[in-house]
Amino acid sequence: MIELQKVSKSFGSTPVLHQVSWTVQKGEFWGIIGPNGSGKSTLLHLISGSEKPGSGEIALAGKPASVYSRTELTRMLAVLQQDGLPPVSFPVREVIEMGRFPFLDWLGRDTSEHADALIDNIMKQLELTELAAKPLDELSGGQRQRAALGKVMAQEPAIVLLDEPTTFLDIRYQIQFMELVSAWQRDSGLTVVAVIHDLNLAALFCDKLLVLKEGHITATGTPKQILNPEVVREVFEVESALVEHPDSGVPQLLLRPDSRNVVTTSQHRIKCL
Amino acid sequence: MSKKLAASLGVGILLLVLTLLICVGVGSVSLPLGEIARILLHKLPLIGQWITPDWDNASEKIVLEVRLPRVVLGLLVGSSLAAAGAAFQGVLRNPLADPFTLGVSSGASVGAAVLIFFGWQYSLAGIFTLPLVAFASGIATLWIVMRLARERGKIPTESLILSGVVMQAFLGAIVSFLTTLSNKTVNEILYWTMGGLSLRGWSYTAILFPYLLLGALFLWSRTRRLNLLALGERQAAHTGLDVERTKLTMLLVATLMTAAAVSVSGVIGFVGLVVPHMLRLIIGPDYRLLLPLSVLGGGIFMMWSDLAARTLLAPTEIPLGVVTAFVGAPFFAYLLYCNKKRREAAA
Repeated sequence: MIELQKVSKSFGSTPVLHQVSWTVQKGEFWGIIGPNGSGKSTLLHLISGSEKPGSGEIALAGKPASVYSRTELTRMLAVLQQDGLPPVSFPVREVIEMGRFPFLDWLGRDTSEHADALIDNIMKQLELTELAAKPLDELSGGQRQRAALGKVMAQEPAIVLLDEPTTFLDIRYQIQFMELVSAWQRDSGLTVVAVIHDLNLAALFCDKLLVLKEGHITATGTPKQILNPEVVREVFEVESALVEHPDSGVPQLLLRPDSRNVVTTSQHRIKCL
Repeated sequence: MSKKLAASLGVGILLLVLTLLICVGVGSVSLPLGEIARILLHKLPLIGQWITPDWDNASEKIVLEVRLPRVVLGLLVGSSLAAAGAAFQGVLRNPLADPFTLGVSSGASVGAAVLIFFGWQYSLAGIFTLPLVAFASGIATLWIVMRLARERGKIPTESLILSGVVMQAFLGAIVSFLTTLSNKTVNEILYWTMGGLSLRGWSYTAILFPYLLLGALFLWSRTRRLNLLALGERQAAHTGLDVERTKLTMLLVATLMTAAAVSVSGVIGFVGLVVPHMLRLIIGPDYRLLLPLSVLGGGIFMMWSDLAARTLLAPTEIPLGVVTAFVGAPFFAYLLYCNKKRREAAA
């Protein structure tokens, strides 16, 4: 569904991504993990077409990404940003309907006859029906992010890119949000690529993980293959302990406060003495 | 949506017609509304033949040749400025944006001030010299502002607003300089920069009308895009909008409308800023409603303002820009206050 071949990208003289080759099959749920500044968001921007690669090829559904017009591209690929939707005073339902923009003809009519039913269905699924007439700026953060998801769902894409979608949500909404995405993915054979900071959340919901460090892919594989204290130390420079999730058996990481730091300061103090 | 649009457009048009009749009726000789309505209907094709003229010739002359051109010009100027203002606020997503944000009014003012200063108002093309030069210098200013703001083929909103502000300050200084230099013509430059609709006649109306008609239709056809832009440029792009092209074309069209309005009436502030905001407080953020209603609302607001300008201190005329701010600001403050109260009650 998504294929990157030796994709590189620099901003000015700073290289951000280096020779990234990566294939995503239809229906897969990928998580992209890596430290800040490792090029995760840039990778998403390249796939979504908002940035052009410096070199290399990106193909979507078998065709080079550059041959798609903006409308064709947005009919196939939707993006949910970290900051979601701004607090505008449009009512929820109208915001979700805006997701239909790539499907409107020049008179503003929807080219699909089922658009209304589709929107109704999304509203029900996301438990937004009662909030339909409420302005977006009167919603809670979690509700607003659900509305953002609804708008993306209305776009009926085959691929969804999520850029740290749970950053501003509390744990209840984080789980709820990821479950909604997961259900949508199962129901419609969607391909999902998500940049996720929370490794445990990534392990719970992603089929596969891609690890980025300093613009290079350091590893790809299932959460079981990837998430272990060695990789976490190498990529994030953080000590951790691995446990198995009691329900699903996926790996979960416990953080260990770094003891080396303590040692080095005390050694440093000794040297000074 | 379409019901709400039809209803609000209906109310708007009703208010517009009523305002027009009242504004034509009030003046040194006051005329009854019924008579004005019949004089106007008589001039219309088809309906006209059913109305027998029973008014004296003088009334018809006052209505058709003195008052109506002025009132209609006010309507057109107000509509153009308010529609352009709504578009500017939508594209730049800045509540302080108005049709003059990109320096068009200051550019036009410099052109006009230079002409007036050297006494060249009628040199090139008769009475059209001033509007022509003002229009051209307004557009030239826009071009410079766009060039200043351009970065790698894109025009970031922040640098666009900053470039506009810089140009406004610079050109404003030139106008002030010319105003202070010219002892005998000081009033004329000053009055032009404060706006006015007196003694313009039908020809000015004819200049402005095509800009308003085509411009407003274009902007109206793009209101869905303005709604999308309200969600942010990135969001809009991910939903399939060509953001840079939309911004550029909308700003160009809105600026053309503004330049055309300014060139015939001088600089009339406040209408383009406040009318879209007032309507937003009343009917919400949807540009599909906001834009057509701004056209009507701007016209209505301007007709009342001009009525106040020419009657309050008659026979002295108050500059129109003074009236629009004087009437508009308190009304806007009142709406803001009501809105705050409503939100507090809801919370």
